[in-house]
Parts: sequence; structure tokens; C-alpha cells
Amino acid sequence: MITKRCQELDVTTLLERFKAGDRRALARAITWVENGAPEAGELLRATFPDTGKAHVIGITGPPGAGKSTLVDKLAVHLRQRGKSVAIVAVDPSSPFSGGAILGDRIRMQRSVGDQGIFMRSLASRGHLGGLSVATADVVGLLDAFGFDTIIVETVGAGQSEVEIMELAHTTCVVMIPGMGDDIQAIKAGILEIGDVFAINKADREGADRAVSEIEAMLDLGHMGAPGINRWDENPTASADALKRLDRTGHHSPEETAGVQAQFSAAVQNVAERHGLPLPGHVTWRPPVVKTIAKDDQGVDSLVDWILQHLAFLQETGRWERMLERNAANKLRELVGMKAARRVLDQAAASGLLEQLTASVINRQTDPYTAAEKILSQVCCHGSN
Amino acid sequence: MQRRVRVLVAKLGLDAHDRGAKVVARAYRDAGFEVIYTGLYQRPEQVAAAAIQEDVDVVAISSLAGAHLTLIPELTRLLKEQGADDMLVLAGGVIPQEDVPALKEAGVAAVFGPGSDLDEIIRFTRENVQRT
Repeated sequence: MITKRCQELDVTTLLERFKAGDRRALARAITWVENGAPEAGELLRATFPDTGKAHVIGITGPPGAGKSTLVDKLAVHLRQRGKSVAIVAVDPSSPFSGGAILGDRIRMQRSVGDQGIFMRSLASRGHLGGLSVATADVVGLLDAFGFDTIIVETVGAGQSEVEIMELAHTTCVVMIPGMGDDIQAIKAGILEIGDVFAINKADREGADRAVSEIEAMLDLGHMGAPGINRWDENPTASADALKRLDRTGHHSPEETAGVQAQFSAAVQNVAERHGLPLPGHVTWRPPVVKTIAKDDQGVDSLVDWILQHLAFLQETGRWERMLERNAANKLRELVGMKAARRVLDQAAASGLLEQLTASVINRQTDPYTAAEKILSQVCCHGSN
Repeated sequence: MQRRVRVLVAKLGLDAHDRGAKVVARAYRDAGFEVIYTGLYQRPEQVAAAAIQEDVDVVAISSLAGAHLTLIPELTRLLKEQGADDMLVLAGGVIPQEDVPALKEAGVAAVFGPGSDLDEIIRFTRENVQRT
């Protein structure tokens, strides 16, 4: 019976139902995309024109920080503000069996009962980086389906699961008290990617200390108050901030101004990325919010900051730049993937792959030369 | 194409005993299935919505509090109503033999009582999920 029903559901019918707002069709579309089913390509092609509208919020942080509970409350608050919300939550797959236990729904009891919210659990399926390979395409489907906001919860992250920042417009890093000292806070990695920080379980000992350590870490790279800073509106504040930047105190205001005038475009870019107060810039200093997700405390304020960050992205043209960057990345990624597959398929079909693999095993050829041979014989003469 | 069978393990109603559900969830995981666990105290409407959103192949209900004849047929009715009666529905836990025919009548494919072999549950699931 099961097989019969699925044969009935061809991609054209599914797309019709998808566009009519049928959630079952959306759920099946996600399955196809996640599995890389033959229909996935057509689905993604047909839904692509409707993407690029939703605000994607990434929630990341270590295991047990309370991400799922926080996502539950965030979704409820966003619903109260009139947004339709989809949630994608990624949990790890077993490296042994490939199976998984996806437990994020357990913490999402308030939001999953709401018809305005669609929630889907994904297994990481061996992918590292905090998401699964299909997560971006799944977000694309939800975007095309018409959700205003899509919350993506990563697997419990360590220090380097930073993939979410490419996918999300607004990344919220969730920390808890007692995770380490101020050196942990200035390390590279996950703490660099937060647009908003939540110190969850803030009723625990050490919450204020955790907040001040994150604040101190942020102040090493950003000037201004939490949230949007408009440096052009207040030239004096801008100049003051620049003076404070010059921590040596050896430069006169004129010299500082001279240095500023010499900033190249590249330096300006760096300055902008780190929220340095150049005149004319609107910068974002990530806020740090204390939350107790299980009691719904601080979540309203967190939502305020997240929506303010969205306003910041839209106001400063960063939203458009993200779309451009994502389009370029996606195109490169697809060409890379497809080219690699085609080259390997052709090399396998001609027997070249097998022959060269054997000579690498025998140490007659090295893998670098062998790879070049395959590329030059199959498709890509004269490339590097 | 990377295909994984997805199983929703669910607890319905005021039934607080989920050791069995966790054992079965773990067995499915170790057999390579992707398991979504709902947590406790679910209404049939919530389980049906979860099954549809997660697009699972299997819904496995664990029942140890005696409300199976009320809650499970209500769930299968909701699944049918929403066009999701192609999912394989399994029940397990403390379910008397005499209640099994009524559950099967309601669309439950198999009932696994106390002492069931985990391998048998996995085998039955594999053989009866035919979705392409």
C-alpha cells in the first residue's frame, strides 16, 4: 500500500500541493531533498524563485546549553509578533550505525502544538560543521513555502562548528555560566560568529561573570553600545571612539585623523566587519542577553535584539550583500560538486581511475600526478 | 541517494513511563534508523502533526498506562484524516492480548507486548516499510 501511494505522488503533483500550502507536501519535499532523491533537483529548481525572503535565525552553542528550549520560546514569541515560523533542528547521526535519535521536539512542546509553526528534525548524516549537507536546501524549501522566519538549530557545537553563519542572517550563540574563563571567550571560532549572545540558565551561579567576560571579549573588537551604532549621526562620539581605539596615547588627534585618512578600502572592510566607528558607518555591536529559557525569562528581550539585527541588515544593505554572497557560494559549490562527480564517473567508465589507483597503491605514481592525469584526460586541459 | 527510514517514537496521554520507549528508540538508532522522540504527555493531535511534519515512515506508540484503546485509534483516525495512513503504525508496552484485534482494526500493523525481542521489532519494521 505504501509503495502505491508514493508512486501516485509525482513531482508535479507534489509541487502543486506545495504551492497550495499543503504541509504534507512540504514535509515530503524535505524528505526528497534530504535524501538526494531523483526528484530533488526539479523541486529545488521550481521553488528557487520564491526563496530569498525569510529571515533565517541560527541558534548555536554547546550541547545542553538549552538551545532547543530557547528555540521553543523564541518561536512562541515570534508567533505573538505575527510571524509565521519554521524550525529546523539538527542532531548528530551515529558514526557507527548511521542512525540517530532526534530529540529536539521533546523541548519544543509549546511551539509544536501551534499550527503556525512547522518543525522538522534533521540528522547530521556524517556531516561536520554543525548542520547537515541538505540543511541549506531544506531552509530554501521552507523559505519558498512562505514562512517569515526560519529558526535553524545546530547540533551541540564545540569550538569550530561555524557553518551556521553562512546560512543564517542572524546568528545567536547560546552559552551558559561556568564554561571557562576570559581566554576561552577570546578564542577564535564559535564566539566570533554571534550577532546576538544569550547567556542561558542565567539563574545559575556565575551568570553575571559570563556576561561580563563575553562583553569584554566583544569590546576588544567593537566600539559603541550594544545594537545599532550610527557613527555619522554623532561626529564627536565617532572621534572620541577613535581616540579610545588608539590605546598607546602617543598620537595627537591630528595624527589619528591622518591615519584614518590613509585607510585603504581593504582596511575599511576590516574596520566595518569588526564594527569600528568610521564616520559614515552604521555598525552592530552584538548584545549579550541573560535568559532562563525554561521560565521564558529574557526571551522577549532576545527577540527584540534579533529583530533589531534584521533591521540593521536591511538598513545597511548587508541583507542584499548576503543574498549576493550566498548566490555566488551556491553556484561555486554546485559546479564543484557536479564537476567532481562527472570527472570521476568518466574516469571510472574509461578504466583510468582504476588503473591509476592501482599504480598509486604500488607507489609507481603519486596521487598528485595521478589526479592531474585524470583531469587532463577527462576534461580540463591546461587548468591547474 | 541516501535513504534513511524515519521512525517517530511517541508517548500518548498521561503515561509517564518511557524506559521502554527509550530502549526501542535506542535499538532503532543502532539499527540505522533515524528516530524522532516526542517526549511524554502528547495529545493524538500533536503526534499526528509531528508524524506529518517529520514525514516519518513509522509511528511507534509506547503505552503503559492503559489508555491505548482510546488514544491509539484516535491517532490513526487523525493520520487517515490528514492523508497520512500510509505510515506504518506500531504499538508496544502493556497491552492485553484481547485488545490487539481492536487496535489492528484501527490500523495498527503490529503490537509488541512485554518481553518482545528488539530484533523482532526491527525485522518487522524493515520488512513492512516499503516506501521507495
